[in-house]
Amino acid sequence: MNSELKREIIFDNYKEPTNRGLVEDSSYLKTNTHSDSCIDNLDFMMKIEDGIIKDIRFDGEACAISTSCASIMIKSFIGKSVDEVRSILTNYINMINEKEYDSSILGELNVYDEISKQPNRKNCALLPMNAVEKMLDSLK
Amino acid sequence: MNREDFPILGNGKIYFDNAATTLKPKCVIDAMDKYYLEYTSNIHRGDYDAATITNEKYDNVRNIVSEFINCDPKNVIYTSGATHSLNMVVFGFMKYYLKSGDEVLLNKGEHASNILPWIILSEEIGFKIKYVPLNDDYSLTLDNIKKMVTPNTKVISLAMISNVIGDVRNIKSIGEYCKSNNIIFNVDGAQGIPHMKFDFKDSNVDFLSFSGHKMCGPTGVGILVGRYELLEKMKPIMYGGGMNSVFEEDNSYELKDIPTRFEAGTPAIAEVIGLGEAIKYLMNIGIDNIHQQEINLKTYFLEKVKDIDNIIIYNKNINSGIIAFNIDGVFAQDSSMYLNHYGIAVRAGNHCAKMLKDEMDIKNTVRISMYFYNTYEEIDKVIEVLRNSKDIFKVIL
Repeated sequence: MNSELKREIIFDNYKEPTNRGLVEDSSYLKTNTHSDSCIDNLDFMMKIEDGIIKDIRFDGEACAISTSCASIMIKSFIGKSVDEVRSILTNYINMINEKEYDSSILGELNVYDEISKQPNRKNCALLPMNAVEKMLDSLK
Repeated sequence: MNREDFPILGNGKIYFDNAATTLKPKCVIDAMDKYYLEYTSNIHRGDYDAATITNEKYDNVRNIVSEFINCDPKNVIYTSGATHSLNMVVFGFMKYYLKSGDEVLLNKGEHASNILPWIILSEEIGFKIKYVPLNDDYSLTLDNIKKMVTPNTKVISLAMISNVIGDVRNIKSIGEYCKSNNIIFNVDGAQGIPHMKFDFKDSNVDFLSFSGHKMCGPTGVGILVGRYELLEKMKPIMYGGGMNSVFEEDNSYELKDIPTRFEAGTPAIAEVIGLGEAIKYLMNIGIDNIHQQEINLKTYFLEKVKDIDNIIIYNKNINSGIIAFNIDGVFAQDSSMYLNHYGIAVRAGNHCAKMLKDEMDIKNTVRISMYFYNTYEEIDKVIEVLRNSKDIFKVIL
């Protein structure tokens, strides 16, 4: 993916993020995610039925990277099984941390494959993933 | 001014985050190096030559502080920073002074270290914290304070200069009002003392806290100045070596005199010496000259930024070198990343004043904070970068 296309995807998802805005529904898991090193602060909610991610929504204040990442992540996760999502999470986090990963399962999330070149933005690209991880862990 | 004194300014970067911490002149770094390279020793316990030098240098900083802000050296307590100083006031003095039903006046523009300690102590004692409303321009006035005072008001605690908006509070008139109403006046000088002249004896301030690192000194050291009769009632919040005269098996003990009794353990010796050097350095430049240079720079910035239509300034009319702004429609952190791309260091966020959002309708701002070594050329550069900020996402994404 060339950098112009990456920028376009990130920008579009920042300007018009998927599923921004929370709903009142007690069947959702809920969590907040924020970073000690920056000012991003996002609330997430996720609905799982029969081991399938049915919905994820988010809201809050965050930078272009965090917001776009939440949006792309949500599109990528809805409809997948918990196991599939866990596998994407592992590979995505490896990508951000410059470890070995399988890019073939990351789809549009590959737009962040060079974010490690900007160490101060790595956290931004991890925050939404941390939120989903936290909610999945709460099921254990 | 005086840029040649700061080795770090040779890096070509533009530093506009002085409200977070200032750069250090070589004389301060050298003074600390000298302690480590030539006369390392602890204070108050050695009979050898190096220890004598250390004692003399360390103790003399109280004289330097007292000359700087016009107070008595015995009113000067070394701390680890303004946060430590403020916590000493709250947990060493207020804990024994305040009763259930008393009222403490704060405001939502205060830094966390002048709000959280009060919240924690109020949980224990049950006094009431009331927040003085800010004006439309987010400044704090004596008139607004007066409206909140009741017969139960025992303490007013506020910053000389607030760290987000940078409004300069009228410490003299608020102090006079406090004195005539028998209210303790606690002042956070972290953003004020490095930038404006202050006279403790002439101020009716009861406690004053400030940090070394925001005034060209090192991190890890700060000052608490208190009225002596109040310090006599204050209890240490830390106990240990250096602050006691005697302790016995029957649990009897005697503490040293003020201020030493508040300085348990081996202090940050090099840092105290560094702070003394920093204060001498600032006095040499002249604190009025420092303030004037900041105001000149700020005025210049505001004039230049006028014709850039997507820059929102939140604090045009304040009398300090702090500028709070946003690029319209851009998250503050993205703006600071953008400026960083051009080697310009600013800060984005709520700047530890997390309640200010209740008054401002926005949670986060970008903050430029000046010091005397900043230049008109640096402002020209920032203005140029802000002028081109319509392309911000091409730069940061």
